[in-house]
Amino acid sequence: MYYLQFLLSNLGRKKARTILTLLSIMIAFLLFGLLRSLAAAFDQGAEIAGEDRLVSINKISLIQPLPEAYLPKVQALDGVDKATSANWFGGYYQDPKNQFPQFPIVAEEYFEIYKEMITLPEEQMQAWKKNRMGVVIGKALVDRFKWKIGDRIPLIGMFPKEDGSTTWEFVIEGIYEAKSKGADTSAMLMHYDYFEEARQYGKGTLGWLIIQVKDPKQSAQVAAAVDALFANSPAETKTSSEKDFAKSFAKQFGDIGLITTLILGAVFFTMLLVAGNTMAQSFRERIPELAILKTLGFSDLAVMILVLAEAIVISLIGGLAGLLLAKFFISGAAESMAATLPGLNLSNTMMLFGVGLMFLFGLLTGIIPALQGLQLNIVAALRRR
Amino acid sequence: MTALATQSLAASELLVQLKGISKAYKKGKEQVSVLSKLDLDIRRGDFLALMGPSGSGKTTLLNLLGGLDKPTAGELMIGGQRLDQMSSSQLTKWRARHVGFIFQFYNLMPVLTAEKNVELPLLLTNLSSKQRKHHVAAALELVGLSNRAKHYPSELSGGQEQRVAIARALVSDPDLLLCDEPTGDLDRATADEILSLLQTLNQQQQKTIIMVTHDPRAADHARHVLHMDKGALVDDGRVTDAEH
Repeated sequence: MYYLQFLLSNLGRKKARTILTLLSIMIAFLLFGLLRSLAAAFDQGAEIAGEDRLVSINKISLIQPLPEAYLPKVQALDGVDKATSANWFGGYYQDPKNQFPQFPIVAEEYFEIYKEMITLPEEQMQAWKKNRMGVVIGKALVDRFKWKIGDRIPLIGMFPKEDGSTTWEFVIEGIYEAKSKGADTSAMLMHYDYFEEARQYGKGTLGWLIIQVKDPKQSAQVAAAVDALFANSPAETKTSSEKDFAKSFAKQFGDIGLITTLILGAVFFTMLLVAGNTMAQSFRERIPELAILKTLGFSDLAVMILVLAEAIVISLIGGLAGLLLAKFFISGAAESMAATLPGLNLSNTMMLFGVGLMFLFGLLTGIIPALQGLQLNIVAALRRR
Repeated sequence: MTALATQSLAASELLVQLKGISKAYKKGKEQVSVLSKLDLDIRRGDFLALMGPSGSGKTTLLNLLGGLDKPTAGELMIGGQRLDQMSSSQLTKWRARHVGFIFQFYNLMPVLTAEKNVELPLLLTNLSSKQRKHHVAAALELVGLSNRAKHYPSELSGGQEQRVAIARALVSDPDLLLCDEPTGDLDRATADEILSLLQTLNQQQQKTIIMVTHDPRAADHARHVLHMDKGALVDDGRVTDAEH
């Protein structure tokens, strides 16, 4: 307790300098928390993607459709266990700001392929199947819009209906929940048949194919077989593992991981120099005091640890404040960004990593003064007084 | 040169024994001799004032006696232990147990209260927090500063700061108190108070005190006075008895 008080008292010695140093460290860790959370959210799709699933899209781009006729051909391929399709509906609720994913799909096929990730009560599945205008929504959407089963939801769709209207009305028939950690529950799933029948154009096309292979070890061969099947056709395919698909989808926004790493690298390197210089200055000012500690019988190592501990304490105080602030901001933003970044969260693992980084940061900023403290010659230091 | 403060005393009564002590520093390529073949015995319970002009080697001698520095040559024995043969870490441990330091500029930790400053040396002991507090209170009582225990150095006068420094030097009950110009930064009246306190500690607590000073009036408070010049004891080793 004495040493902790001593360390904290030392921090109060030059209050303005300490506050500025703490603020700068806090901002560095705030950025760390925010940027790493963003990067993790972008990567989350890849993290939870199934090993045995492939995704096949139009080779030109994801927004180019595939002919509906591809699906049975793929389902018939050797090595394919199941295959289904999904489309992009691209609608919003009331206001363009209220966007969230909506996928026209084939209900049973979709839930069968994603059975380890999401679940829907059987009675709700049956009710949904009976209602062509029915949709099921994820738990995150319930939390976001306070919708409930039976609600009629009008969406403004990207695709006009045959009557020219872009307002599509749906009835909520079920609420699906995540079975595996991190599974996205921010989407609305609607019947492909209804979508296909009602849309004005694009009929007979699919957005992408989702393929479950019999043996995950054969994924590469199956992917190659799919692409070979449609080679030299007007709509060639590009098939990849779901993980790679999720990664390349995220990379449409840029390599978020690399960008955040570069930004954080620059921020931490700069902070290292600034905080390191501050620690060195603080050390120089206290050389006679450290010499007195040694005179009283404190060992070289004890003095070194004291100096190092001070740097670590500063790093921990500033860093924890920054991380907690990031947690606060992320929690606040998570709800409003649930549709665009459903996995936005500052995880406990990332917090722990951050604490480790604080220790490392403290060690690096304090190591030079600490070594100088270790080697401090009492007689020479006292002469400076 | 031999300068024996208490030449005829039995070895058991001696606390400090210096035999042929030399100290030289390297200054560039040159070797600068600061102390030269010094012999000195100091009796347990003595109060010795070391006087001499600047650069005469007083502080260097004090540093050697305090285990802050090691002699270049010679034997340095304090309380039966050969300091000249100790490693740096052994000297550190020895200092914590056997010697208390009092400096001209007090050298208190400005961020710690008086009682926390006094407690510092006790952190190196096995005493519990409660025992430490008890010792600190006793030391502050001894120097007459019980009512200033919670004050920071910046809230104390120079004399009070020096009293806190004395309490810090005493709190671990060392055999030897080393004072480097303890009144150099104080006015006459305060200096006299501090010197009287040192005298009391010497007479009532039987603390052995070695004090470096330029001030003859400060030296008058000591039992014996030794003069140094150019790294050696002068007056053929004769020790002047201070007037009391």
